[in-house]
Amino acid sequence: MLIVVSMVTFGIFFVVPQWAGATPEAMASRYVGRAATPETVHLVAERLGFNDPVVVQYGRFLKGLFTGAEYDYGAGVEQCPAPCFGYSFISGQPVWPDLVDRIPVTFALALGAAFIWVVAGVSVGVVSALRRGSFFDRVAMGTALAGVSLPIFFTGMVSLVVFSYGLGWTPPGGAWTDLSENPAQWAYNLLLPWITLAFLFAAGYARLTRAGMLETMGEDYIRTARAKGMRERDVVVKHGLRAALTPILTLFGIDFGLLIGGAVLTETTYTLPGLGQFAILAIRNQDLPQVMGVVLIAACFVVLANLIVDLLYAWVDPRVRLS
Amino acid sequence: MSFLDVKDLKIHFPTDDGLVRAVDGLSFSLERGETLGIVGESGSGKSVTSLGLLGLHKGGRAKISGEIWLDGDELVGATAEHVRTLRGRKMAMIFQDPLSSMHPFYTVGQQIVEAYRIHNQVSKAVAKKHAIDMLGRVGIPEPDRRVDAYPHEFSGGMRQRAMIAMALSCDPELLIADEPTTALDVTVQAQILDLMRDLQREFNSALIIITHDLGVVAELSNDILVMYGGKCVEYGSTDDIFYRPEHPYTWGLLGSMPRLDREPTERLLPIKGSPPSLINVPSGCAFHPRCPYAELTQGKADTAVPALAETEGGHLVRCHLDKSERRRLWETEIKPVLETQ
Repeated sequence: MLIVVSMVTFGIFFVVPQWAGATPEAMASRYVGRAATPETVHLVAERLGFNDPVVVQYGRFLKGLFTGAEYDYGAGVEQCPAPCFGYSFISGQPVWPDLVDRIPVTFALALGAAFIWVVAGVSVGVVSALRRGSFFDRVAMGTALAGVSLPIFFTGMVSLVVFSYGLGWTPPGGAWTDLSENPAQWAYNLLLPWITLAFLFAAGYARLTRAGMLETMGEDYIRTARAKGMRERDVVVKHGLRAALTPILTLFGIDFGLLIGGAVLTETTYTLPGLGQFAILAIRNQDLPQVMGVVLIAACFVVLANLIVDLLYAWVDPRVRLS
Repeated sequence: MSFLDVKDLKIHFPTDDGLVRAVDGLSFSLERGETLGIVGESGSGKSVTSLGLLGLHKGGRAKISGEIWLDGDELVGATAEHVRTLRGRKMAMIFQDPLSSMHPFYTVGQQIVEAYRIHNQVSKAVAKKHAIDMLGRVGIPEPDRRVDAYPHEFSGGMRQRAMIAMALSCDPELLIADEPTTALDVTVQAQILDLMRDLQREFNSALIIITHDLGVVAELSNDILVMYGGKCVEYGSTDDIFYRPEHPYTWGLLGSMPRLDREPTERLLPIKGSPPSLINVPSGCAFHPRCPYAELTQGKADTAVPALAETEGGHLVRCHLDKSERRRLWETEIKPVLETQ
């Protein structure tokens, strides 16, 4: 799976431009300054191996990821330790350490928001299902519809205007403190992004949970649980919710995987130094190695999250274990 | 007063299309160690009755009236919480389809342990021993291994045995079996019925078997109650129902029952028509549109609801026909046909 991801990424960034007619020199020109002479460009293209067959280039790319690479600049050999995504066009720094710096930010944002949206979405969905048609149900489902429909750059801006600049309850955008430095400050800074991001997702989870609960609470085994004399709360949580959890888990795997690959809009809105913001900057600067690194990392997270969900699936639904 | 006394039980459901009179004035009684069979077609109100006894309609939309006395405890007016503590412990239920009635995500053992621990404050380990013991008693081989299996890993018959083990785990005094053998193979049906009879003797519980199949209750029941359109149409001892039935509907049920002592090539005698809608129950006697003898009542059948009257010795019949007329019809028209067939 990850091999496929690496091939696709490599294909997009190296093979497609060359198919489209880009010469090795054109590829190499991105690596040298605008002032470089054609001779320099040619030399760099040769050294970076753009004249080699695609398979060899891909092999070198993979080798760089796993064992590191050596770049021969003529003036000396540069060591790029594994995993090597190359060097930024702009800063000249290796891509990987910059990426690693940003992972905790995105991870913290995604994890906190996920916790809020799962707890809030699932509980609202359960209560809505149990009190179907009630005032609570209607208000909750109306809010959920708004939550699904409103984009984050709208809710995010509004929340910043109201809570940060208006009421002054939360810090303005761009505030980031390391968890190790000051955990309270860390959480305080992330509170608004967490809630805004969670609102977007909680809505979908509330609707999904409600639909699932309406279905499972009509099942025969719920009647059996009641016939055993179980308390209604246990019937709902242990038997109803347990059975309704499977589709929620699937959705969670997809959402969370995508999110830790970079919550682009949220990070941009709140100016958080995460992977999403990194990706935006990289794209804006046409900094190919950086973009490639972000894409590869994001894809890895999606694959990993789905793998974990598949494993959890077997744990949640024993019928899956046999097949 | 009997162990279980049901008096004039009514369970009505208000719906957008009208009031559904699922159970409309049902009365019966049952002692410990005895078995009552409740027989009727789909939609006659028998399953609603069983869920009503357990109080499973409480809190829903159903309107329930009448009295249910279980061991001196009135249940219709009792709080939902009180009835909940009785469910599973004092009265338990075996459901029709054991695959859909057991939770697919929990092992059979976990589900029995859960049932046991709701009413008994014991550790999980003790409860699991009890579960293994119960599985052994209902005839599941290697219970200490099977206890950790999931319902989908059991065969249909084994699942129903496990269901019975779960229902009996708290030693209930009243056991209600709702179509316990309908979803099973014929060969397995007999085993399950034998098992239920043996266990009932062992536990000395009162047993209610709900079925559409007179054959199921023939051997097990002391009494049989025949339901039609939410009402009791005939109620008597098993002998009364099989040898001296007086209601045309019961005759129809007997005629449509396959029997081993008949020639297999002969056709069954089905009851014409289909069961009535419980929203628009036919006027007068609910059975009159399908009754071949309705015209013998001089028009009473479609105007007046017949009363449930005693013919003799606790044998109750709800029919406009005269007692002598009913006996004549049975002796001259029905019995010979059933026997010669």
